[in-house]
Amino acid sequence: MPKDQPDLDLSPKVSDEIRKTTCYMCACRCGIDVHMKDGPDGKKQVAYIEGNRDHPVNQGVLCAKGSAGIMQHNSPARLRKPLRRTGPRGSGEFEEISWEEALQTATDWLKPIRETDPKKLAFFTGRDQSQSFTGLWAQSYGTPNYAAHGGFCSVNMAAAGIYTMGGAFWEFGQPDWDHTKLFMLFGVAEDHDSNPIKMGIGKIKARGAKMIGVNPIRTGYNAVADDWVGIRPGSDGLFILSLIHCLFKAGKLDLSYLAQFTNASVLVDEDPKSEDRGLFLRDADGQPQVIDRRTGHLAPWNGEGVEPDLAATYRHKGVTHRPVFHLMADKYLSDEYAPETVAPLCGLTPQRIHQIAAELARVAFEQEIRLDRPWTDFRGKRHEQMIGRPVSMHAMRGISAHSNGFQTCRALHVLQIILGTVEVPGGMRFKPPYPKPATAHPKPHSGVRPGEPLDGPHLGYPQGPADLCLDDAGDPVRIDKAFSWENPLSAHGMMHMVISNAHAGTPYKIDTLFMYMANMAWNSSMNTTGVTQMLTDTDANGDYVIPHIIYSDSYSSEMVAYADLILPDTTYLERHDCISLLDRPICEADAVADAIRWPVVEPDRDVRGFQSVLCELGARLDLPAFVNADGGQKYADYADYITHHIRRPGIGPLAGWRTGEKGLQHGRGEPNEAQIDQYIKNGGFWIEHVPEDCAYYKPFNTAYQDWAVKMGFYDVEQPYIFQLYVEPLRRFQAAAEGIGHRQPPEHLRERLKRVMDPLPIWYAPLEDGYADPTEFPLHALTQRPMAMYHSWGSQNAWLRQIHGVNPLFLPTKVWEANGFKPGDWAQVTSAHGAITVPVAHQASLNPDTVWTWNAIGKRKGAWALSKDAPEATKGFLLNHLIHELLPGGDDGLRYANSDPITGQAAWFDLRVKIEKTPPPDEVKPSLPSQTSPVGQGPKTLTWKIGK
Amino acid sequence: MTSLPSHTDKKLGLVIDLDTCVGCHACVIACKGWNTENYGAPLADTDAYGAKPEGSFLNRVHSYEVQPETGAAQLVHFPKSCLHCDDAPCVTVCPTGASYKRVEDGIVLVNETDCIGCGLCAWACPYGAREMDPVEQVMKKCTLCVDRIYNENIPEVDRQPACVRTCPAGARHFGDLADPNSAVSQLVAERGGMDLMPEQGTKPVNKYLPPRPKDEVPEFDVLGPYLEPVAETGTGFVAWLDKTLSALPGGAK
Repeated sequence: MPKDQPDLDLSPKVSDEIRKTTCYMCACRCGIDVHMKDGPDGKKQVAYIEGNRDHPVNQGVLCAKGSAGIMQHNSPARLRKPLRRTGPRGSGEFEEISWEEALQTATDWLKPIRETDPKKLAFFTGRDQSQSFTGLWAQSYGTPNYAAHGGFCSVNMAAAGIYTMGGAFWEFGQPDWDHTKLFMLFGVAEDHDSNPIKMGIGKIKARGAKMIGVNPIRTGYNAVADDWVGIRPGSDGLFILSLIHCLFKAGKLDLSYLAQFTNASVLVDEDPKSEDRGLFLRDADGQPQVIDRRTGHLAPWNGEGVEPDLAATYRHKGVTHRPVFHLMADKYLSDEYAPETVAPLCGLTPQRIHQIAAELARVAFEQEIRLDRPWTDFRGKRHEQMIGRPVSMHAMRGISAHSNGFQTCRALHVLQIILGTVEVPGGMRFKPPYPKPATAHPKPHSGVRPGEPLDGPHLGYPQGPADLCLDDAGDPVRIDKAFSWENPLSAHGMMHMVISNAHAGTPYKIDTLFMYMANMAWNSSMNTTGVTQMLTDTDANGDYVIPHIIYSDSYSSEMVAYADLILPDTTYLERHDCISLLDRPICEADAVADAIRWPVVEPDRDVRGFQSVLCELGARLDLPAFVNADGGQKYADYADYITHHIRRPGIGPLAGWRTGEKGLQHGRGEPNEAQIDQYIKNGGFWIEHVPEDCAYYKPFNTAYQDWAVKMGFYDVEQPYIFQLYVEPLRRFQAAAEGIGHRQPPEHLRERLKRVMDPLPIWYAPLEDGYADPTEFPLHALTQRPMAMYHSWGSQNAWLRQIHGVNPLFLPTKVWEANGFKPGDWAQVTSAHGAITVPVAHQASLNPDTVWTWNAIGKRKGAWALSKDAPEATKGFLLNHLIHELLPGGDDGLRYANSDPITGQAAWFDLRVKIEKTPPPDEVKPSLPSQTSPVGQGPKTLTWKIGK
Repeated sequence: MTSLPSHTDKKLGLVIDLDTCVGCHACVIACKGWNTENYGAPLADTDAYGAKPEGSFLNRVHSYEVQPETGAAQLVHFPKSCLHCDDAPCVTVCPTGASYKRVEDGIVLVNETDCIGCGLCAWACPYGAREMDPVEQVMKKCTLCVDRIYNENIPEVDRQPACVRTCPAGARHFGDLADPNSAVSQLVAERGGMDLMPEQGTKPVNKYLPPRPKDEVPEFDVLGPYLEPVAETGTGFVAWLDKTLSALPGGAK
């Protein structure tokens, strides 16, 4: 070593202790190693965060958000103590109060309305990862008005997946990354399987497998795709149906798979005079019928040894009944779906669609995978091999956040199924406890009785009009109008309609709006300015139209200012949580797993985990699920609930280390006092691998079904076949045709007939029917950056240096036509409103699409940022351009700006026009500044715990 | 002026795969986190919650649009940090000897106790890979996590730079580029790894793997054999179906 080369300590001590917990920097739920060091006060502090190598979700890697967790944990925007509003709503003026005062206030508001009319409470929980817990609380309270944020997120994908095949993507299923040879990715929100998708792309790239990106915007994952399909927003369904058309026309279909494992072979009642027309032919036991190839006669779909025939029809009383497959051929061979017909609407060439269909066919049928793993199906037939068609797909928010999203997601699932790629090697694989068909899920419940719990779980999967949540007059029972004729299959509720409906008093007025972790006064609402007015609007007496608002959050978000009472939550490193099999677990296709969070540091503020607060509030309100027989508080806190709650015999929130007759066991068992300690010892999670003979064909595989019952996913084996034809949709369509007692209102009949098609269809996004495509020629989208999670990132000193501003990106055609130059601004106008924002050029973009990053824009005074922060002066929301209601049509009625089937918020239907404008001082609209209840962050950061 | 070693036994460096990098910034923040808590002064941030936040980073991701002569525009994500050059101009320009290249492994480092914050090295670096810390006023640069890669206090599997350990897409690789048999050298050979701006004569150790060709027209005819029609109508399709099913094993009714 030269004399001037210093002697370095190459083995410095990294930390005093590693505490392993679960990340919450987005919804992906990775395992993290939190390195602790003794701080100046001798207390352990967080020094560094990295990925947990043993964890099933991220296997050691961690994204930018996860590594920046230390800056979220130390954010100056953290709330410190319960708050009571002192200034007018929206001002941000509060006084600090004690927890006793806070809980007493909440009890004083909530107890009387529970005794008289529980539906006066609307309890909605945003980006909640404890929905099985908050749902139980709401059910015990007795209000029908509960849901989390799925209705404004990706319910179309989830519901279409459940109804079609028993699960969709992300927490339901994933590509078989180790075997797939062609991966097709449609638009996703980045956190909808953040690290696993990046890891998967890395794997297929390392193998030289191919990736096709279908997205109007070529950034992120689409930037590395081998093929980019820059599709026009809202036309994905048409593109997919055209692929299906090509595959039908060429006979490139997995006929054996379709016959055995889907309802393609199930016979449909085609008697035009029958009230059951369009429903399945059923036997006396109610089982759908197929023709058994062995006999040529009718047989139940699941009969022992039955070989369902895809082709055979059934003639009875002068009527020929055909199997679903015939109906599909009729529909999808139509020129309506020919590439030559659809290509212009999709912004593609017919050649491009042919090319991709051929690519799918080539890989699926020429590169078949055969694993020598014998298995037996539910009809008792033994298969010597597991056959795979190595085409895999993933999609989430991009295709679901449209008013045609449910049917588009259905089409995508059907495309995978006709290629025989679902639950096979190289295809799409479910993650336990999925697959689970719609019929195995609860139905929605809305039976309200004063002072009593609700008659069952709020959310579920209706099988027909009988399962809607309607009163005797046929009007919606829920404040969000979920499970009504307007949005019958709203399986995740419709949080985006709650404030608007409560303000309008339709279907009724409420007393208390209670929300958790949802920034409804900013980026989580359509029509942001309008919503803030609804929250502050007063009646003739000068009282607020929505009388009480309780809000729980960890941080000083825009929504905080609009609440009367604030219950400050902890950061994710200060709390207990369970990522439960009862909820949205962390399983992988090869493993069942669940996880916890635990306080790796104690809060240094007077804050409490929201779930622990609900345990106490539940007891104060005497909610049956939260009090003991003697009336005392049942669960001291959330950790106590996690350990002791029993959902069904032997089943609790966590599946690992339960108490059995011969010691500890997994899956089923009695509570174990030391369960959370066991999780901590094991790195914060529990995992058990799916046995090899259960790894594929799970819905049909008897070995998997037995294992699933043993593990407690469900209580009896429930094999099923994929529902290409979704009968519940037909039941709603039939009602619209006048069949049955429960009838839709006249103004919705035609719409229901059209959209509730039991086979996937495409229709233009509803906004196109109102916003003139000529006047508003451009589609406007948002994307969530990989280094930011909705509104949370801007308080993070590291992440805001990556995404501190968000220009509106314009395609070359628009950029040049308007003579834009770098640094220019534009006025962006929709049918609903206008904003003035900075613009930038992007060539790798669909020519009719503009877009920006989601939720970078912030309101002045929020998030402990200074008032001249770029997030507040240049950052903006597209939300101002999107109304929660569609403009009035000829009938004068205004419908929710949502998918007419599921109620999913149609964020991406937005159409706009662009005009160049002189640069203003700051973005428009600029809402008045809020007073920050937490002050402002420090000027300089030099963060170092160790010496 | 500071001299470079005439030879280093190893050439430790990074191989960055531009075909796989999705531009997620995971490496940027893992680096910021590790190097804030470890080597030298913390990587500071000024105006952290204000109008012009400015912090020091040792690694940043840039994105560049490429417009091919035909076909759709492309976007390339380009992570950039010190390339630990063999002929590192940032070292030779240093007036105090604070900038140096390690003899053992070729890592270029700044000895912060000797750094006077003159900034000459940042001017000399053609890659813009050095940043002055806004608080400490010492020069900051990628250390290749010299305090991780030999660190006996962490498991062997983790003895790699923080950016490599965290990269979700596996687009970053670490190793000895002087050893032609190392995994990184093999990867460079297989994938045509490139020097960044070789005309600068800095002989960077880090290599970039170029993006694979995109949006290529397939070699096969898309309409045949894969999409050759078997039917045009529902009736024709059912006839084809009958015939096909009968031909399958056990197909005779």
